[in-house]
Amino acid sequence: MRAYLPAYDLVAPASLSEALQLLSAAPGALRPFAGGTDLMVLLEAGKLPESKYLGLWRLGELRGITETAAVLSLGALTTYTDVLRHATLQREFPLMYRAAAETGGIATQNHGTLGGNIANASPAADTPPALLVYDAEIEIASVRGTRRVPYARFHHGYKKMDLAPDELITRIHLPRRPAPALAYYRKVGTRRAQAISKVCLAVTAGADAGRTLRNVRVAINSVAPAVIRCTRAEAALEGHALDAASRQAAVDALAADIAPIDDIRSTARYRLRVAQQLLAEALESRV
Amino acid sequence: MSAVSVRLIVNGRESTVQVHPMARLLDVLRQDLHLTGTKEGCGEGECGACTVLVNGELANSCLMPVLQADGARITTIEGLAPRAGELHAVQKAFIEHGGAQCGICTPGMILAAVSLLERHPNPTNEDIRNGLAGNLCRCTGYMRIFEAVVKART
Amino acid sequence: MRASIVGTAVPRKEGPSKVTGAAQYVDDLTLPGMLHGVTVRSPAARGRIRNIRFADGLPWQEFTIVTARDVPSPNRIALILNDQPCLADDLVNHAEEPVVLLAHPDKHMVELGRRSVTIEIDPLPSVHTIDDALLARTVVWGTDNLIKSYLVSRGDVDAALRSAHLVVEGEYETGAQEQLYIEPQGIIAQAGPDGAVTVWGSLQCPYYVHKALTSLFGLPAERVRVVQMETGGGFGGKEEYPSHIAAHAALLARKAGRPVKLIYDRAEDMVATTKRHPSRTRHRTGLDRDGKLVAMDIDFVIDGGAYCTLSPVVLSRGTLHAAGPYFCPHVRIRGRAVATNTPPHGAFRGFGAPQSLFALERHMDVVARQAGLLPHELRRRNFIVQGQTSAVGQVMRDPVEMDLLLDRALALSDYHAKVARFQKENAGHRVKKGIGFATFMHGAGFTGSGEDLLASVVEVEATAAGRVRVLAASTEIGQGTNTVFSQIIADALQIGYEDVDIAQPDTAAVPNSGPTVASRTAMVVGRLVERAALSLKKVIVDAGLLREPYTPAEFSDACRKYISTRGPLRTSARYEPPPGVRWDDEKYQGDAYGAYAWAVYVAEVSVDTTTFETRVNDFVAIQEIGKVLHPVLAAGQIEGGVAQAIGFALYEDVVWRDGRMANGQMTNYIMPTSMDLPPIRVFFEERPYAHGPFGAKGIGELPLDGAAPAIANAIEQAVGARVTRVPITPEVLMEVLERT
Repeated sequence: MRAYLPAYDLVAPASLSEALQLLSAAPGALRPFAGGTDLMVLLEAGKLPESKYLGLWRLGELRGITETAAVLSLGALTTYTDVLRHATLQREFPLMYRAAAETGGIATQNHGTLGGNIANASPAADTPPALLVYDAEIEIASVRGTRRVPYARFHHGYKKMDLAPDELITRIHLPRRPAPALAYYRKVGTRRAQAISKVCLAVTAGADAGRTLRNVRVAINSVAPAVIRCTRAEAALEGHALDAASRQAAVDALAADIAPIDDIRSTARYRLRVAQQLLAEALESRV
Repeated sequence: MSAVSVRLIVNGRESTVQVHPMARLLDVLRQDLHLTGTKEGCGEGECGACTVLVNGELANSCLMPVLQADGARITTIEGLAPRAGELHAVQKAFIEHGGAQCGICTPGMILAAVSLLERHPNPTNEDIRNGLAGNLCRCTGYMRIFEAVVKART
Repeated sequence: MRASIVGTAVPRKEGPSKVTGAAQYVDDLTLPGMLHGVTVRSPAARGRIRNIRFADGLPWQEFTIVTARDVPSPNRIALILNDQPCLADDLVNHAEEPVVLLAHPDKHMVELGRRSVTIEIDPLPSVHTIDDALLARTVVWGTDNLIKSYLVSRGDVDAALRSAHLVVEGEYETGAQEQLYIEPQGIIAQAGPDGAVTVWGSLQCPYYVHKALTSLFGLPAERVRVVQMETGGGFGGKEEYPSHIAAHAALLARKAGRPVKLIYDRAEDMVATTKRHPSRTRHRTGLDRDGKLVAMDIDFVIDGGAYCTLSPVVLSRGTLHAAGPYFCPHVRIRGRAVATNTPPHGAFRGFGAPQSLFALERHMDVVARQAGLLPHELRRRNFIVQGQTSAVGQVMRDPVEMDLLLDRALALSDYHAKVARFQKENAGHRVKKGIGFATFMHGAGFTGSGEDLLASVVEVEATAAGRVRVLAASTEIGQGTNTVFSQIIADALQIGYEDVDIAQPDTAAVPNSGPTVASRTAMVVGRLVERAALSLKKVIVDAGLLREPYTPAEFSDACRKYISTRGPLRTSARYEPPPGVRWDDEKYQGDAYGAYAWAVYVAEVSVDTTTFETRVNDFVAIQEIGKVLHPVLAAGQIEGGVAQAIGFALYEDVVWRDGRMANGQMTNYIMPTSMDLPPIRVFFEERPYAHGPFGAKGIGELPLDGAAPAIANAIEQAVGARVTRVPITPEVLMEVLERT
C-alpha cells in the first residue's frame, strides 16, 4: 500500500446538486470517485494524483435503468452486476451483457460502474466497444445545466475526453432499435477471467431486404489511444452485400483504422493480426 | 485532513471508527476492528483474498474506501459460523474435501462460495468456476474447492 | 490392530483455524511499540553507489535508518557461497537490490520515507542474457560469470554420435516463473537488550533463517530465535529469501530498540524476490536403427541472477534429471549456472528439473517424429527398467514400471482414439485439438550426500496431559505436514489422530529436521517421526507401564504415569542413510536420490487459430509414489502442482526491462484462474519404498515436471508448431506458426 494517505481527502455528498456545486467551487481540485475499482488500484500503487475526491455513490440520480419506447437510459453508477441482472438489456443489447460478463470477477462487477469506466478512459476498456456499436449517447451535467455527447465523439486522445473538470457523466442513453442482423463481441484477454483485453472487437450491422449491409458499426479496444470506431472497415461494408470480396476489403481496411503498440501485455503484430482475424470471424455469419 | 466518523455493522455488530475516509476497508477491519481473518494478497483487486460481503454482495475490501462502506452491513469470515463452536456448511466442506491448503485464500474463497450458493443453490460446474473466478488459489488447482462447493450444497 | 489412519482422508489438522480466519499469519500479529519497516532498493542493474540522498522536508529524526555501515562484518547473508550482501555497500549488482532500510511508527510516513530516499548510481556495464554471460565480455561475477558447473559423463558420447543411425538436435528455453504465493513475504523482528534476536515470519526453513542471523550478528545459537507463523504458500520462494527480510528487520529492530514489522506488498515481492531460474538446454541425440538411444549429449545452462544463492543445487537437480527416465549407454550432461545482473533466482518447486525435463520430453517427441516413430513407441524402447544403471551411475534397485504407467495414462486419457479423431476433425475447424504426453521422474530428498550433511533430527514427546507432541522444524505451508505427521504418529503408536499435536516450528523449542524443500518432508522427516514415535513407545514398554495390545486411553495413562514418576518423556531420531546408498560428489556419480517417483502426464489442448490461444481441456496425471499417505492431500499436491505447471507452460511470462521485472502486478503477471484450468484427473500407483514411512516417497515437486512438455507436444500435434520454449503465449505461438 504505497499511498501517503494524509495527502488525500474524500467526501461523499448526498445529492447531485450538492456534488455539482462542490465541483464548480473547486474546478480541478476535486475529482470524481465512483466505484473505486480503478482509482483504488492507483492509490495502492502510489500513482493516484494526490487530491480531494468526490464520492458519488450516494447520488441516487445516477442510479437506475429506465426505459422509454425509444431509449434505454442507464445511470452512470450502473454497475456491471446491474447490467447482468437487467432482462431488457440482455435481450436488446446483448453485447452490453457480454461486455459486463467479461469484466473482472463478481466483486469487481458489483462495484465497477459504467460512468467510472467511461471517465477512466482506458484504451483497453471492455464495455466501450459495445457502447460504440450501439450508438450510445452520454449525458453530462454541471451547475451550468446538462448536455449530451455521442459517445463516438467523447474521447479524443489518450485519456482526453469531452468532460470539463466541473462536469459529471450522469446517464448513458442507448437508442432502442430492431435487432441487428449481425451482432458480434469477442474479447481476447490474457486469460479467461479477470483479464485485461489484448484486443476486443464489437460488430453490429443491419441488412435490408436485398441482404445489403446497413448501419455497420465496428468498434475495437487496445489498438489506439482510446476505444474507437473503425470507420474505414465500416465503409468497406456499408451498402455492400456480405461476400468474400467485402469481407476481405473490410479486413484489409481495418489495418488502416488501428495503431496497435507493443506493451506489457502483448505485441503490435499480434494485436493487428488477431484484430483482423476477429473481424473475419465476425463477418462469417450469414445475414 | 483529519479523521472522519464511519459507522460499520460488521458481523451483526455496530462499530463507529475514526479513520481517514480513504483508508481501505481491509485495513479498517484488520487494524481498527482487529478482525484479521480478511487477508491482503495483492492490494490491487486481483486475488480476492480480501473478499468480504457488503450488504450481501461480494466486495474486494482492498478496493473499498471505508467511507463508501458507511452504514453498510459487512460480513467477514469471522461472522460466517451460525453459532459459536459450529461451522457453516461451506466451512465444513472445505475441511473435509481439501478445499484449504495454505489457507490464505480460504476466507475470501469461502465467502465467495457462500455468495455463489445463495444465488445458485444448484450450481453447474460453469456457475462454480464463474462464481469463484475472482478468487485466486495458488495451492489447490481449484479441484477440491469446486468439490467442497458441490458437497456443501447437499 | 485397529484400522490404519495412514492412507485415509482424515480432516486437515489445522483446517478449522484456516476456515474460520483464526489462523495467525505474520501480518496478523502486532507487538506493542512495533514500527513499520521498508526497504529502499537500487534503481539500476549494476553500478557504483555514488550517493544516498534523503529529501528535505521529512522528519528524518523520527526514522530509524539502516545502511551497509550498520551491518556487522561480514556484510553477507549466509547460504552456500556467502557472496550476497545483506545490504549493498559500494556496488549494486541487480535492480531492486536492497540498499537502505527505514522504520517508523506510522505506516504511511514510512512509505513517504521510502519515496524520499534517492540512491544515485554511476552505472556499470551489465549482463542480462545467458549468452552474454557465457561470452563473458563483461564479467559481473567471479572471473568468468560462471557460478557453478557439473559434468556427467558416461561412455563415449562423441563416438556414439558419429556412428549413430540418426542424430537429432534441438534447443529449448524456459523463462523465469514467479512463485506467487498468495501471502506476500514478511517478518517481524524483536531485539533483546543483549542484542538477542527473535523473528516471526512467513517461511519454510526456520533453521536457514537461524543460521543467517547467527552468522550475521555473531550470536550464539541460543540468542537467536526463529518462529514460523502460519504461512500462506511457499513453493520454494520462502526457502531462503526470508533470511534477507529477517536480517533487515532485525537490523532495524536492534537499532530502534523496538520491534519492527517488515511485510512486502505484492509489487515489491514480485520484483525483488527470487524466481525460477530461466534455462537453455541443447540436445544432440543419437538413435540406432531400432530406435534405441545410443547417445545423449546435453548442454544445460541456467541463469542464476546476480548472486550464487541456491544455483549450485538447482543446477545439480536439473543436471541429474536431464536424461530423464531412459536408459542410454553414452551420456554427457554439461550443466552450468551463470550470473547476470538480475535479481537472484532461487528455489521454486521442481528446482531445475522442470527446466531440464521440459527440454528432454519436448525433444523426445521431436526425435520420434524424425525417426518415424510414434512418441509412445520411442519411449517404450528406451525406458529404464529395474536393474539398469542411470546416466549418473545409479542402479535402479527398486521397481520401475514406466511401461505400465504409460499404458494406464494412454488408456485413461483415451489417447489413441483422440489422436485419430483430432487428425480427422481438425481440418474442418478453426479450433484445433491435440493430445500430448510426457514421461518423467523426480528424485525425492536431497541429492546424494545432502541428507547425510543435513543430519536431520526429530523429537517426539508425551505431555503431562497424556497427549503426544511432534517437535520438528518442518513447516506446514499448505502441503499437509501437520496432518501427515499426525497420521504417522497415530499409526506408529496406535492412538487417535486427535491425540497428536504438532509443535509450532520455533528454533527455541524444536530440533533441526532440515528445510521444508526437496520433496523430503513426508519421506525423510516422516520416517524420523515414525522412528522417534516407536522409540517413545519402547521407553514406556521397557518401563513396564504398557503392554501390547493397548487402547489409546491406556497409552495416554502410561505416558502420564511415566512423566509423574520419572520425569519428561521425550525421544529423538536422527537421519540414517539407507544402506548401500553411495554418492561421489567429485565424479558426480552414484546414487543421486534415495527414491524416485515415476509419472506419465497427458494433456489435451485446443488451439484457437483465430487468437492463437491454447486451452488445456483435459489433464491426466498418473504417478507411482510408493504409498498414498492421505488421498486428499496427495491428490491436492498433484492438482495444485499441475495448475502451477500449466501456468509455467502457457500463461506466466516475466517481462524483463533493463534487468527488472516490468509486469510486477497480479493484473499483468498471469496466473490461471478457476476458469482457465481443466479437470485435473489424478491417479496413483503404489510400490512401497522400504525407507519411506509406510512406504511413501516424496511427491511435492513431481507435478511441476510433466505438464509443460505434455502441453507443448500436444500443441505441435494440434497445429504443427514446433514449440521450443515456455511460456507458450499466444504471441509466441503466432510467431512459431508464421515461421513454420
